[in-house]
Amino acid sequence: MAKYLLLKHYRGAPAAVNNVPMAEWTPEEISAHVQYMQDFADRLKQTGEYVDGQALAPEGLWVQYNGEGRPPATDGPFAETKDLIAGWMVIDVDSQDRAIELAGELSAAPGAGGKPIHEWLELRPFYGVAPTVTE
Amino acid sequence: MTAQLNEALLRGLTPGVLGILVRRGADFATAEDAVQEALIEALRVWPEDQPHDPKGWLVTVAWRKFLDATRAETARRRREDLLEEEPAPGPAAATDDTLQLYFLCAHPSLTPSSAVALTLRAVGGLTTRQIAQAYLVPEATMAQRISRAKRTVGEVRFDQPGDVATVLRVLYLVFNEGYSGDLDLAAEAIRLTRQLAAAIDHPEAAGLLALMLLHHARRAARTTPEGELVPLAEQDRSRWDTALIAEGVHILQAALARDRLGEFQAQAAIAALHADAPAAAETDWVQIVEWYDELAGLTGNPVVRLNRAVAVGEADGPRAGLAALAKLDSSLPRYTAVAAYLHERDGDLATAARLYAEAAQQASNLAEVAHLTRQAARLNASR
Repeated sequence: MAKYLLLKHYRGAPAAVNNVPMAEWTPEEISAHVQYMQDFADRLKQTGEYVDGQALAPEGLWVQYNGEGRPPATDGPFAETKDLIAGWMVIDVDSQDRAIELAGELSAAPGAGGKPIHEWLELRPFYGVAPTVTE
Repeated sequence: MTAQLNEALLRGLTPGVLGILVRRGADFATAEDAVQEALIEALRVWPEDQPHDPKGWLVTVAWRKFLDATRAETARRRREDLLEEEPAPGPAAATDDTLQLYFLCAHPSLTPSSAVALTLRAVGGLTTRQIAQAYLVPEATMAQRISRAKRTVGEVRFDQPGDVATVLRVLYLVFNEGYSGDLDLAAEAIRLTRQLAAAIDHPEAAGLLALMLLHHARRAARTTPEGELVPLAEQDRSRWDTALIAEGVHILQAALARDRLGEFQAQAAIAALHADAPAAAETDWVQIVEWYDELAGLTGNPVVRLNRAVAVGEADGPRAGLAALAKLDSSLPRYTAVAAYLHERDGDLATAARLYAEAAQQASNLAEVAHLTRQAARLNASR
């Protein structure tokens, strides 16, 4: 009964242990990776813990208001160093322990050599609704 | 009869009907589906042709739906057995069936979120869509949660006595979820707790009902129209619902008179003392501290000791409150916010401002974040 955001990053997170670029995997390894993520989402749908998830393109922009009558500025000083989000999944679980367990499972998706990639995932709790009883 | 009236009546009858089916030997999951179908049928038929005995009508239709479903699943032998066992039609005592349903839906084998969902669906008679909207999850997610919960309790023997404490905890979880969408979960929790308290003679069921009523009575004053939190001391007490307060106090007094104190009665007693004060300054903090001592003895819950430190701060001054706070684990939720408040009362505005800002970082909901940030900003602006 607490929602969490699981964030996968293209860039910005610490390097994964099994850090071979996907383009250097075998096609079967890529399929196994994609299948693992699909199975993971399907399983969460079955347990009633899945809320939503999407993959994101790597070409994200930073955008900023640039003053009256001027077009918004894009990408400013960040172009080379910015964090890039690869995708996200929202889960609704009973406890933070459960959220950590699931994030750990997702991080174990297979990569090169069929071994878990151990990538770092960001786990962020949603702000909940205001509890009634605080006084 | 209007559609709203029909819906309210149906929701009140749902648990009794489902309980009768299950007692007749229907498995829980199929029975629950059959009752939902009967409810849909009722919403269609009743506006034209209201039955004299709505509950009897629902039982008959739901039982027929159940038999249809069972037949469709080739469980012929089982169906024949059930038909033989079917008792003669006629009015049945409602309370035992309904009660068993509460116990089943809050069964300890379920996770809290599953127990909440199943209770709202089976006892509350709400649709899966309504429950999903209230908890801001997709309907498919909630449907899975409910059907898994039904499978989990499908194996539970129905003749065991239930655990009242577990049922009360589930209802309290529903109440604390507040409201969103078109469904007011607090009101729904009150309705179900009322029904439960009427069905069983249990001081803690009464205590929980009193607690909910006393909190609910203050709801209109608890936030501004823009959704900002208003602390208890600053609430416009003329906006408290005095009828609900009177009812809550009355129920609480009857429960306390039975001399079987439990944590919900103790919490309700604290809420009643707040509700009783004509102005914040006239709050009987000494008595509130005594109730927190009772509560701490009953539960050993560290959050109770945190709240007690606030009460001590009011009863004996902020220094005493800070001394009580110093004995607690600083990683408790809202510890920093309490520390900030007590330091402000003690006149140490710089420390208070820093702690409010820190507490805002740790808060778990947006209204609280905004409130604590404003407290920090207010103190920073005044220095």
